[in-house]
Amino acid sequence: MIPASFDYVAPTSVADALAALAEAGDDAKVLAGGQSLLPILRMRLNAPEKVIDLGRIEELKGVSEDGDHVVIGAMTTYADVLASDLVRQHAGLLTDAIAEVADPQIRHRGTVGGALVHADPAGDVGAPALALETEFVITGSGGERTVAAADFFQDLFETAVGEGELLTAIRVPKHTGWGHRYEKFVRVSHQWSIVAVAATVRVDGGTIAEARIGLTNMGSTPLRATAVEQALVGKAATDEAVREACAAAAEGTNPPSDLNGDSDYRRHLATVLARRAVLAAAGA
Amino acid sequence: MTSQMFGAPVKRREDPRLVTGGGRYLDDLGHSALAAAFVRSPHAHARIVDIEVSDALDVDGLVGIWTHEDLPGRVGEPLPLLIPHPTLTHGRTQFALARDEVNYVGEAVVMVVARDRYVAEDVCQRIRVDYELLTPVVGIANARDGSALVHDDVPGNVACRMLQEVGDVDAAIAAAPHTLELDLDIERSACMPMEGKGVLARWDSDKGELRIFSSTQTSTGVRAAVAAKLDLPLAKVECIAPDVGGGFGVKINHPWPEEVLIPWAARLLDQEVKWTEDRREHFISSAHERGQLQQIRVGFDDDGRVLGLDVKFWHDNGAYTPYGIIVPIITSTQLLGPYKPGAYRCEFWSLYTNTVLVTPYRGAGRPQGCFAMERTMDAIADRLGLDRAEVRSRNFILPSEMPYDHGLLFQDGRPLKYDSGDFPASLAKLKALVGWDDFAAYREQAEAEGRRVGLGIGCYVEGTGVGPYEGGHIQIETSGRVNVSTGLTSQGQGHETSFAQIVAQELGVSIEDVFVTTGDTRRMPYAVGTFASRAAVMSGNAIALAARNVRAKALRIAADALEVSAEDLEIVDGDIRVKGAPGTHMTLGTVSVMSNPLRYAFDEAAKAATQFAGTADYSKPPVADDDEPGLEGKDFYSPTQATFANGMHAAIVETDPVTAEVKILRYCVIHDCGTMINPMIVEGQVHGGVAQGVGGALYERMVYDDSGQLLNASFMDFLMPYASEVPHIETDHLETPSPLNPLGIKGAGEAGCIPVTAVIASAISDAEGFAITSMPISPVELWELRQRHARGEIPSLRGTRHTPSAPVTSAPVTSAPSTPSREAP
Amino acid sequence: MREAGKGAGAEPREDDVPDLATLSGAGLVSGLRKGDAVTVQSRTTPAVSFTLNGAPIEVAVEAGVSLLDLLRERLDLTGTKKGCNQGACGVCTVLVDGRRVLGCLTLVAQLDAREVTTIEGVGTPEQPHDLQRAFIGADGFQCGYCTSGQICSALGMLRELADGVPSAVAEHVAAQPGSSELEMRERMSGNLCRCGAYNGIVDAIAAYADAAGGHR
Repeated sequence: MIPASFDYVAPTSVADALAALAEAGDDAKVLAGGQSLLPILRMRLNAPEKVIDLGRIEELKGVSEDGDHVVIGAMTTYADVLASDLVRQHAGLLTDAIAEVADPQIRHRGTVGGALVHADPAGDVGAPALALETEFVITGSGGERTVAAADFFQDLFETAVGEGELLTAIRVPKHTGWGHRYEKFVRVSHQWSIVAVAATVRVDGGTIAEARIGLTNMGSTPLRATAVEQALVGKAATDEAVREACAAAAEGTNPPSDLNGDSDYRRHLATVLARRAVLAAAGA
Repeated sequence: MTSQMFGAPVKRREDPRLVTGGGRYLDDLGHSALAAAFVRSPHAHARIVDIEVSDALDVDGLVGIWTHEDLPGRVGEPLPLLIPHPTLTHGRTQFALARDEVNYVGEAVVMVVARDRYVAEDVCQRIRVDYELLTPVVGIANARDGSALVHDDVPGNVACRMLQEVGDVDAAIAAAPHTLELDLDIERSACMPMEGKGVLARWDSDKGELRIFSSTQTSTGVRAAVAAKLDLPLAKVECIAPDVGGGFGVKINHPWPEEVLIPWAARLLDQEVKWTEDRREHFISSAHERGQLQQIRVGFDDDGRVLGLDVKFWHDNGAYTPYGIIVPIITSTQLLGPYKPGAYRCEFWSLYTNTVLVTPYRGAGRPQGCFAMERTMDAIADRLGLDRAEVRSRNFILPSEMPYDHGLLFQDGRPLKYDSGDFPASLAKLKALVGWDDFAAYREQAEAEGRRVGLGIGCYVEGTGVGPYEGGHIQIETSGRVNVSTGLTSQGQGHETSFAQIVAQELGVSIEDVFVTTGDTRRMPYAVGTFASRAAVMSGNAIALAARNVRAKALRIAADALEVSAEDLEIVDGDIRVKGAPGTHMTLGTVSVMSNPLRYAFDEAAKAATQFAGTADYSKPPVADDDEPGLEGKDFYSPTQATFANGMHAAIVETDPVTAEVKILRYCVIHDCGTMINPMIVEGQVHGGVAQGVGGALYERMVYDDSGQLLNASFMDFLMPYASEVPHIETDHLETPSPLNPLGIKGAGEAGCIPVTAVIASAISDAEGFAITSMPISPVELWELRQRHARGEIPSLRGTRHTPSAPVTSAPVTSAPSTPSREAP
Repeated sequence: MREAGKGAGAEPREDDVPDLATLSGAGLVSGLRKGDAVTVQSRTTPAVSFTLNGAPIEVAVEAGVSLLDLLRERLDLTGTKKGCNQGACGVCTVLVDGRRVLGCLTLVAQLDAREVTTIEGVGTPEQPHDLQRAFIGADGFQCGYCTSGQICSALGMLRELADGVPSAVAEHVAAQPGSSELEMRERMSGNLCRCGAYNGIVDAIAAYADAAGGHR
């Protein structure tokens, strides 16, 4: 329960961080909030030569507005996102989900960027980010590139962030006026999601005009329930209509089996939680 | 403030220190000690082929590395089997460091001592142990099968088979108008105190003395064990339990390997050495409990009265049996609860598996027994279509039948004889508290809202305050300060407070003047330990007796000095005065001075005492032949048998018709531990027990895979209830004094957790309409049971008053459901 | 089997560790004495300066050292306890810039220019904080091991409540934060208490918040 020793650098700019990353290569680990990395190091599941701490790079912190997007710096803590009126107003689904991440202590150090790059399929930020069609700003020695949410999550703990690159921000399209709900199923409060469903919908005159649904822990990456989204469009926001549309929530998923549930149970939960999330998001 | 101490909710004395971070737990001591760490077996069953340390030797800060072959004399012999029993025919214990074979993942193989823990763990990682893998025996089914053996010389993996029978069970059941059979299963859990174990040892080479600090529930036990292992005179070893961050049973087993090895290393190195268990070590190398398969056959009459009860169970004792078979013996006897079983037979097998060992966890076998009996009571009620509380009450032992002898031998080897208890009164209180008779209406209303709710009940009797003895010592200083010591230890039970209350009450002093020390072998070398809900009963009564002795002596001396009769004196706030004439008085401090003929006038009290000094009688020695100097008293309390507390719990749960999530809506407790010393502390103990019980019912289990790896050895995966999972607990008390001891008290420590698993199983069964027979239960398990129930593989309860809902699956449903539902599938 | 390091023992302890810790305002931090050395092993980070219970402190420790280990093992400030060392029990909760965090999941290196408050900075046995008194009054603990963390966590929680931080159990995240018992329990769900003193913990926090003209 004590980490193997490592070298530590704390650059103060993205440029310096990239340089440090280039220099260290494979032997480096990037430290964001450390709420997942530190237990991993302490269990000696990973023993990097060098840890590059992004915590002193001010340009990576904070929430701002850029036209139709809310921009969240990768090193913004969960707590700061949770407290952000901008996020609450334009991307309330993210606020919902972050209120369910681990416990308050973890939320004060854990960062949104760190969680997204760690890409644990049971983590709570991926599915809402996916549902909100977030753009991921990735910076490398060659400059900045933007990756669509659909292309960001590649596999278990694998993302589009390449070697020598950093996730520097996410750009969340504004969903102002959309209803939202993150339905998380756990047995005790601070647990990782057994299954969770992120739903945000735009209701127009009692009818669902648009819907975005993300699934947590239903496969090796966060997933988008596009079949459900399509089925919901044009439907009345009633229990029966939503139930019918959400029956397909687990279609095409490959959920894990573990101590808290087998894949059948998770498929079942996905349909139930999708229905609950959509109904709540639609204000039904 | 001296007369009403007993029974008052006095705020705890230890608290100002503890809330400000001033508690001194084991790892808070020994700041400059060398640190030990252990290489532990990664395999459940293997032979050690080779241990290679050469890569580790050049680590800066390494002090030493030891394996079994380095351990001399008794240090290298197996650890003691603490509590032998004639039926424990194949008891086995481990070596402090594994010799040739390892029998569970986590068994210590190599000890490393280094400058600090960081270095020690680096060294551990560089040590390579080669193993030859053996077939692991995991789970009760595999242990019973016996085709693979944990210990080559233990056939069938059976450590013990024990049978007790009262009456002719086969005849009683054969003659009974109704019979039922139940197969039950209860899984492993663990104490999991927030502070793990830990040992710090200091060797004083000038005096040849060893001082051990251990996070233990028995400092006298550790002291004696280490003295024996290290071949030291008892007088040269002392053991102190500092503040202990929770025990719940796991710290009563002793000596743990580390409790032998760390003192041994400290003496060898002539340096202070410390080991603090980390959380993973606590999971894989401390101890677990629960873990039984049970088969029950019961015969009963038309009224639901039990005529014959036949219980067989198989108990998983893990890889070794250092603590004997206490847990299964308790299950087999305490299973009976508040009931008369008619004829009773219990046969059990305690089995070895290649898993971490099993020693008592709060409740110590009782939760398993209560589960067996209470599931049986519910089954009888259901078979006959009777109210579940009514069936229980028809089987109760009545107050008029006390004391009630079951004709069995209890855990202490003495007759299982209940001393007192008013079970009908407890049940009446419980029914009133939970609203038993109004539940049908509540259920109807809930069902109309599409909610599924159930009511559960569970009753238990707990033998508390088992012997053999505890002692109390009281010494009053010339300042009037009252020093109290008792040898057993504290892990948060508020002993400093309850014991001070007893002394304040018995002596007639202010509680502020009373100072209690527990768990220090320097102050009270004869003691047993804190377990089996025995501290208040045993030490409380010993301290009360000691206080009465001191009081008598103080009155005798004062009567002499004041020239009155002792009967005419009273003690109020530490002042001895003549009843009705408070002007004639002297303080206890003054009496303390007078009690010691070595009366240097070093302070005001000593000067004041001289005015009472009578004329010396030169024909007598300064200390009379039948007297001792000083105002001290000591006594021991050693009861003929345990005293039996009882309680009854009820819960209302809601099960989500779709996700099968279980929520506890209300949890009600009626608790009878005799006369209460401090109701606030009793309440806290009950709450804590229920919280752990809720964990055991809904969340906590130890999940081993077939190879004997513990899959959930962290707080991320072993789920324990937080504030958000424990319901508000409603309590009410009954105080049926014990006739067995001077204070009329019974133990309260374990009570809260005993029936919770049974109560929650009862409530879920009631909500679902089929019997729950395996606990703990998770949402996915309940969801699967619903599907099996729907397929007809699990019978419906007959007496269920509501329509069991169809199972909810993920399949889309096209027609409206027939039963009203908040949320149709 | 191999030759074990028998007799290898009794190597003298490293008494002459470089004195890299300097402490200004010594005495303000209980348990820490002026000139106390902070052990430095193989790889160090540059010195980190922060405020500990009101006193400025500068330390240079190995990069892997957590705030928790710095407090307990290097500074002998043992009021903050270690429960699981992996971020799941809340026992080591301290306040950094007034916000509750886990000492075990915070590296010393991450503390530059921060303000750290541990239980030693909250109150003393002689002058306990009102919340500490409330814990005594409501029997908010038994063994006391998790109590430092519970109290620091509760202080952080009450500030979050005042700042309007939403809770997952509130009807809607935008709803006005309340301190219903249910919400209080959820807001305190980062802290395990194995003695199960949750009733008392919740009562203590509520009593303190009430008396402080708080949020109920």
